[in-house]
Amino acid sequence: MKVVSKQEKGRFGPYGGRYVPETLIPALEQLDEAYSVAREDQRFWEELDLLLKDFVGRPTPLYRPRRLEAELGLGPLYLKREDLNHTGAHKINNTLGQLLLARRMGKRRIIAETGAGQHGVATATACALFGLDCVVYMGEEDITRQALNVFRMELMGAEVRSVASGTRTLKDATNEAIRDWVASVQDTHYIIGSVVGPDPFPRIVRDFQSVIGREAKEQMLQAEGTLPWAVVACVGGGSNAMGIFHAFLQDAEVSLIGVEAAGEGMDTDRHSASLSAGKPGVLHGSLSYLLQDEDGQVAPAHSVSAGLDYPGVGPEHSHLRDSGRARYVSIRDEEALEAFHLLSRTEGIIPALETAHALAYLPHLVQGEVENGPILVCLSGRGDKDVAHVARLEQKDPTL
Amino acid sequence: MDSLPLSIQDCFARRKAEGRGVLIPYLTAGYPDAETSLDLMGTLAASGADILELGIPFSDPLADGPTIQRSSFRALHEGMTVHGALELLRRFKTDHDLPVVLFTYLNPILQYGIGEFLSLAAEGGAQGLLLTDLPTGADPELESQIIASDLDLIRLLAPTTPRSRVIAVAEGGSGFLYYISRTGVTGARQELRADLGREVAAIREVVDLPIAVGFGISTPEQASLVAGVSEGVVVGSALIDALDQGGVGGAGAFLQGLREGMDDSRSGP
Repeated sequence: MKVVSKQEKGRFGPYGGRYVPETLIPALEQLDEAYSVAREDQRFWEELDLLLKDFVGRPTPLYRPRRLEAELGLGPLYLKREDLNHTGAHKINNTLGQLLLARRMGKRRIIAETGAGQHGVATATACALFGLDCVVYMGEEDITRQALNVFRMELMGAEVRSVASGTRTLKDATNEAIRDWVASVQDTHYIIGSVVGPDPFPRIVRDFQSVIGREAKEQMLQAEGTLPWAVVACVGGGSNAMGIFHAFLQDAEVSLIGVEAAGEGMDTDRHSASLSAGKPGVLHGSLSYLLQDEDGQVAPAHSVSAGLDYPGVGPEHSHLRDSGRARYVSIRDEEALEAFHLLSRTEGIIPALETAHALAYLPHLVQGEVENGPILVCLSGRGDKDVAHVARLEQKDPTL
Repeated sequence: MDSLPLSIQDCFARRKAEGRGVLIPYLTAGYPDAETSLDLMGTLAASGADILELGIPFSDPLADGPTIQRSSFRALHEGMTVHGALELLRRFKTDHDLPVVLFTYLNPILQYGIGEFLSLAAEGGAQGLLLTDLPTGADPELESQIIASDLDLIRLLAPTTPRSRVIAVAEGGSGFLYYISRTGVTGARQELRADLGREVAAIREVVDLPIAVGFGISTPEQASLVAGVSEGVVVGSALIDALDQGGVGGAGAFLQGLREGMDDSRSGP
């Protein structure tokens, strides 16, 4: 398709926009307005910062994994330890921010979609903290893959609704959450979990996640006295990547590398690499790279990690891709599983399978290029949730 | 079959002159298969339909409830495509004058190529286009392109649309305005909202286009009630349910029932 040049508000280059049913337009305008006011309100950020400090445990450390460096023969490497956040991933940075917005708008009920369950857990946690009703939509297949997270959400009082339509994963959970919101919009806020969806969600989620990059930049300057040569993060919808990239966008000398899921291989149709193999299209309210067939039907995505198993990607990533400011690569399931083991064995840190994709890319960094300086990796989440899934996979098929 | 006018506007004007409402059934192209939907289109035309809303199925119909989701997935599974739907349209129009509105989501037609889609749809005899995920103002260039085409751009209004937005939504729209009778996705419901009449009247104060009401209409009584407050009645999910239960004949009989319900209302108080 022809992508026309669109530079208006709510767009990243031509990408983004508000392609939603009419019913939701007023809610998006209300959210936009509430966020514009909150953004300029010192008290809003003070309250959020205090929660991030006392409840989440920020700032998260920047850790240098020396045994991993030795194993890979590169370095210095730095891991931004988002896995050490309360609830075990970066997702809580966004849910707390959006929850404060929901409270400002007087919404009493919260809905969310989840793939790996990390965003669902973070949302359930925030709702328990503030005493709000919480419904989380999750694909049937993901409920099986991430049973532990389902139990965690329920422990905190959330209702987890199983989605059996379509591919029964994150894409369909998102459809169902949007359908709920269309019907409940007057008293409900939809906390989208990534930098996807209609405007203003991609920029709100990015702003709440940008704390990752701000902290990491300062910590890196303190540790090395220099900016990283490269910043590496996994990309499903792309919220941890946008969060860590954002602070470095203006630093042209810093390479930004997003790692998508190549699933069973880029030569198969079993992957989730929207930016590498998709075409611009409209899904879930925005124009962005999308895995789709010739007829504009959304193609099923695949990844061993439920959090990357999504055929779309945040519109700002599409813009960064086209402009060349960031580059996007992909890692296969089995490479991610190797990295999952490697970090566990060398550092005593079990990474989320999503995060393992970013780690798995490190050996691919071109020799020589790595002499250029330290490498910053977003360790977006911990892998406790994946342990049972990996154990099952490896018993079933020892070659995977 | 009486020979109905070609344009949507004429169709509404003519029914208005007769004191009757315009009945607009929705069907999913390719459900349960291509030949049956062509058969269904003919039957609906003979069973009281004034305008057909032909849905081009999309893999992620997020404005639709379970019934239309199911029909869309099945149609796609049976191999329906944008091209296939345009072909059904063309075949139907070779021996019918009934206006057809194409109903779909943005992505399939973006990939098809918007310019080519618009001209093929018009050539095939479509009169209107309704895109559930292209609200007014979302993409001015694209909207202008559709407005400049031979197709009427059918705009949607929801109960949540603020008064201040109604005029903007109606602008650029033509044919008729589609009023969503409740917040929520498509699907048959037992009850209609009590304030429907007041809401439609409020829209009519500021908008000249005829108003058709849809979402949740499933009985002759409801069709009669809606015809009492608006110019048109859209029925979708309930018609698909009737098709599932009674085949093409059952769907025709169901639509005939709605037609009678609507026409009875004009002789009421």
